[in-house]
Amino acid sequence: MASNSSGSGSQGRAPQRLRIIAGHLQRPVDVDATVSAAECKAQGGEADVASDGKSVPKRRQEIMKWNGWGYSDTKFLFNKKGQAEFTGKRYKLSGMIIPALKEWMEGTFGTNMQHKSLATPALTRTAVQPPTLNEAFVEELKSTGVPFSHDAEDRVFRAHGHCLHEIFALREGKVGRVPDLVVWPNCHNDVVKIVELACKHNVCLIPYGGGTSVSSALECPQEETRSIVSVDTSQMNRILWIDEKNLTAHMEAGIVGQDLERLLNESGYCTGHEPDSMEFSSLGGWVATRASGMKKNIYGNIEDLVIHVKMVTPQGVVEKSCQGPRMSTGPDIHHFIMGSEGTLGVVTEVTMKIRPMPEYQKYGSVVFPNFEQGVACLREVARQRCAPASIRLMDNEQFKFGHALKPQVSSMFTSFLEGLKKFYITKFKGFDPDCLCVATLLFEGNREKVLQHEKQVYDIAAKFGGLAAGEDNGQRGYMLTFVIAYLRDLGMDYYVIGESFETSVPWDRVLDICRNVKARIIRECKDKGVQFQPFSTCRVTQTYDAGACVYFYFAFNYRGLSDPVHMFEEVEHAAREEILANGGSLSHHHGAGQCCAAWAEVMESGRVERCGTSYSADTTMC
Amino acid sequence: MASSNAYAQRDPMLKKRDDFEDILEERRNSSDLRYALKCYTPALYKGVAPCKSSMLKSMVLQSDQLHYVIQQVSKETGRQTDNVQEEVSAILDEMAHSLQLSTVRFFAFTLSKIFKSLFKSIRVNEEGIQRLQQAIQDHPVVLLPSHRSYMDFLLMSYLLYTYDLTLPVIAAGMDFMGMKFVGEMFRMSGAFFIRRSFGGNKLYWAVFSEYVKTMLKNGFAPVEFFLEGTRSRTSKSLIPKLGLLNIVMDPFLKGEVFDVHVVPVSISYERILEETLYARELLGIPKPKESTSGLFKARKVLSEDYGSIHVYFGQPVSVRSLAEGRVNRCQFNLVPRHIPGRPDEDIHSFVNDSAYKLVRAQEDNMVLKPWVLLASLLLQKQAVGQEQGTALDELTAQAVWLRDLSRQYGAFLHWPDQMTPSEVVSSSLSLHRGLVRTCEGKVQLALEHEEKLLSQAVIVLSCASYRNQALHVFLRPALLASAIHAASSNQKQEVFNSFSFLRNMFSNEFILCPGATVQDFEEACYLLVKTGTLQVTQKEVLVNERGHRTLAFLVSMLDPFLQGYQVVCRFLCEEATETLTEKQFIPAIRKFIIKHLLAGRLRYAEVLSSDLQKNSLAAFLRLGAVEKIKGYQISNVSPCLGGKLPTQKAVVARL
Repeated sequence: MASNSSGSGSQGRAPQRLRIIAGHLQRPVDVDATVSAAECKAQGGEADVASDGKSVPKRRQEIMKWNGWGYSDTKFLFNKKGQAEFTGKRYKLSGMIIPALKEWMEGTFGTNMQHKSLATPALTRTAVQPPTLNEAFVEELKSTGVPFSHDAEDRVFRAHGHCLHEIFALREGKVGRVPDLVVWPNCHNDVVKIVELACKHNVCLIPYGGGTSVSSALECPQEETRSIVSVDTSQMNRILWIDEKNLTAHMEAGIVGQDLERLLNESGYCTGHEPDSMEFSSLGGWVATRASGMKKNIYGNIEDLVIHVKMVTPQGVVEKSCQGPRMSTGPDIHHFIMGSEGTLGVVTEVTMKIRPMPEYQKYGSVVFPNFEQGVACLREVARQRCAPASIRLMDNEQFKFGHALKPQVSSMFTSFLEGLKKFYITKFKGFDPDCLCVATLLFEGNREKVLQHEKQVYDIAAKFGGLAAGEDNGQRGYMLTFVIAYLRDLGMDYYVIGESFETSVPWDRVLDICRNVKARIIRECKDKGVQFQPFSTCRVTQTYDAGACVYFYFAFNYRGLSDPVHMFEEVEHAAREEILANGGSLSHHHGAGQCCAAWAEVMESGRVERCGTSYSADTTMC
Repeated sequence: MASSNAYAQRDPMLKKRDDFEDILEERRNSSDLRYALKCYTPALYKGVAPCKSSMLKSMVLQSDQLHYVIQQVSKETGRQTDNVQEEVSAILDEMAHSLQLSTVRFFAFTLSKIFKSLFKSIRVNEEGIQRLQQAIQDHPVVLLPSHRSYMDFLLMSYLLYTYDLTLPVIAAGMDFMGMKFVGEMFRMSGAFFIRRSFGGNKLYWAVFSEYVKTMLKNGFAPVEFFLEGTRSRTSKSLIPKLGLLNIVMDPFLKGEVFDVHVVPVSISYERILEETLYARELLGIPKPKESTSGLFKARKVLSEDYGSIHVYFGQPVSVRSLAEGRVNRCQFNLVPRHIPGRPDEDIHSFVNDSAYKLVRAQEDNMVLKPWVLLASLLLQKQAVGQEQGTALDELTAQAVWLRDLSRQYGAFLHWPDQMTPSEVVSSSLSLHRGLVRTCEGKVQLALEHEEKLLSQAVIVLSCASYRNQALHVFLRPALLASAIHAASSNQKQEVFNSFSFLRNMFSNEFILCPGATVQDFEEACYLLVKTGTLQVTQKEVLVNERGHRTLAFLVSMLDPFLQGYQVVCRFLCEEATETLTEKQFIPAIRKFIIKHLLAGRLRYAEVLSSDLQKNSLAAFLRLGAVEKIKGYQISNVSPCLGGKLPTQKAVVARL
């Protein structure tokens, strides 16, 4: 995935980066008085393959932003010289100057360094409603020994995902309905107990995994009068066993992507499931939202990877009785678990396929004269079923965006080479810089096969006018997807709000949907009086036999608008309407959440209404 | 049918209309040759390069749509695909335009000369041109001019050339192809040719629709066609044809383009070139076949004065906005888009409603000349049998009254305010001296008593065609006036029923949007109340003392049509037998009408118009008063006529 900054052609850089990340994270110490620690006895006898170096502490706010994306120490800012800089040490881009970003922002959004819209620096505790506690529930919970907290910061942190309106409100210091209590189960049995108690005392549960939802799935219902309890699964983060004979591993559902990969890598394995949010999103969230990973072409999407799921529902625990690779025994229960988004139960344990770590990785990129040719090439690649681990096609706007994120080059030679490359493509080959687009590639596997595969893909690309454009461009493309979330916070400091949404669509409609949705966004913004032309861009991120996944970014400068969030949502609604009208689905992998609740009846598979002891989803971003 | 509030906004008086510029003025002051050779660099849609006609053809031939249909036809008929493919190529060659700038320049030169000798001025709203220019750059554009003359499409291309806009490709009827050389000239100036009827020919339809869509989707050039399908011989707008509109809306509905902008264009002629030609045609004197020699002979028209032309480029209409909230585009998601399919009921009704809206937009922006009002007045006087005509000053006074009335109804009247009313009237009369006669200060239609009925009818019909230009302004109030006249009481419900019946009956005759009865009724009430003619209360519709004059005028406006329908009705009751075929209908009814006219039982010679006769027959068919047997014969179902149309009888009886 994007944050995977492994170098060209060499293997094992990803684990290296993850090790660095881990190095910065110390296991946090529980300080909150209301948290009572208790070991999970149920798992006592079983082999605990690895549980060191957990990335997610109970008090997330200690290392993560309470009102923005990602780690507190990592963000974009404009330094004293007015140059954009990416702080921290966690990423490849960290500590670097990004000279072109300022100009790009000014040119694209009409932002001005003088006009800032800064966030409230800290949470005002008085803005948070005091918790409505269900005393009987709390009493019994205490006796189970499951740690919990009703500290305001803990509660606020679990009351939101990363939708624009959620973050916007937090930045303004506005807090709506938040959970009344946060519990940290340590194992499956803890969850069983919590759900039993919730049923008994009529308490509302909302499962919380990585908190990266972008579909409002974590929003607490305003009208909810019962006590709301957030079940934070982050402490259920162990790999319980690895089965090398069957190539499967059994994990607790709270484990986040980066820990899972790192720990498996130590044993020489990987799941290959790398959604863009894998630093923070959790296994349970992936299962609950039907997540998709960047390298699904090799490893498959979550539904292809999952062998066995344990889910605790108010009616008891749901699981299959065997781990057979395929069954013909009526409808598959996994199909109502995956995509239930926490409305039916809490996913506690998952058995997943694993693979030996790839021997060799290589990035690549191809420049096309225009988006149409690029899409035609991707279609052909899909037709021949020779898609590399990842293949993504960015449109011209996004290509320029990617360029704006190039870090300062230190050597004269590199900058000379860059200039030469640009000259070759635009002048010699006659590509229009305002039309050309770039596809980024990631190959994985055994060295010989990768090189062979690479040749095959580049040959197809050549038929559609594509020119190989080097590994750096490819790698930067993937980097973009993980820093984009950090960039949004920077944008919001300068009156720019934005969001992403995605869809899946049959091949013959890919071009139409891209054009129409982008045009619709621009038109809606114009009609609604947005002063500056919005940034409206897309990329084709996944290919399938029968279609593709398209990802849209959309952002604009909201200076001069009285209710920007409302307007933003209207535009987003219009864009989704346009997607549906053009034959796209509501979501490829974000999940429906509450954002799309308005569309429930439109879609063939309506959303399951919350009922009884209700759960909300924890979904992954990207 | 409650508030008339909704109409306050639609009050046409408040509608701002653009000013006109005369484009001939510059032509009279500078060299035509230089103009014809000027640098022509139109702004293009999203900067796409213009497409050579050969490239366009190959794009069409390679389209998925055509591949599919070719396979299908070959499977159905057992023919080789190559063979079908050849047929497709042949159809395409017959159809395709081959726009050449040199030909356009030739036309630019010749037409400049012709226009200058025929017309005083050609006035164009330049703001409309600017809007069009913007639209062409942003979206695929469809031009929908009104169709009153052969001149229309030449004029359109001429204007677009003048304003340096992308030249349109024009859907033209195959009959032009018959004209040797000229047909090819038209082709080279952007016309493409379609057969008049190809209902059952799947292959032809596929080629044709793909050809149009390819041009539109890629934005190579604006597509121009006539919504009315053919030239209106009566100057009334014709009921829109949906075929081409369906085709041009399809790319939007299927998401192949973001939007399509449709620009209604209203072309109004002070004097129509084909004036008497049309009248003869309507009277059954056959239309001369389009031929080069015919055109050559027609050059004598060059020596006459045809006044001025007004061309109004209307507000571009976004198909996307039209469809918003009306059409669920998801319905196209479940079948591959290259497979042709009949549009669903809701799509059909959407296209139909849009077509009506667009025709009404054309009507609204049609510039009316004073003569139109004079023609209306003179026709009414002729019908009541004023033998010695009307005094000039009386006519002038009435024209001024009518001018004010029509303006209140929102007519786009071009009345030269710098002239005195009597000057306006006399200059109008002199322009149309072929139709009116002034003697001893009295004005009347130029009908000689010794002349035959048919020759008189030619004059009456020509005159009626001018009156018809104003019909859309008075139509709804006139329907209400006639309804009040026919209704048995002042009860609002009663009046509404009567209105609704008349409206329904005349919906083949005039542009009345389907399903908008209540709206039309409210609009009519609003206008008549506003002008002080009526008082409308919750329950009753009352005529004001000073409203009688207006009401009488309005009733007379519609009377020829009512009488006409009545005569057709009577003919069907009295003379039609089981063996009457559709072909025989027109000659038979014509004979019947002439008999009545000669006997003095019918006052309106214009009932002889075959247009009215066909429309009325279609209306009776639709209303179920008449039935088609075996698809060939018309049988009148007398019990039906008697039973189902009692109201009509009542109407007829009262008038």
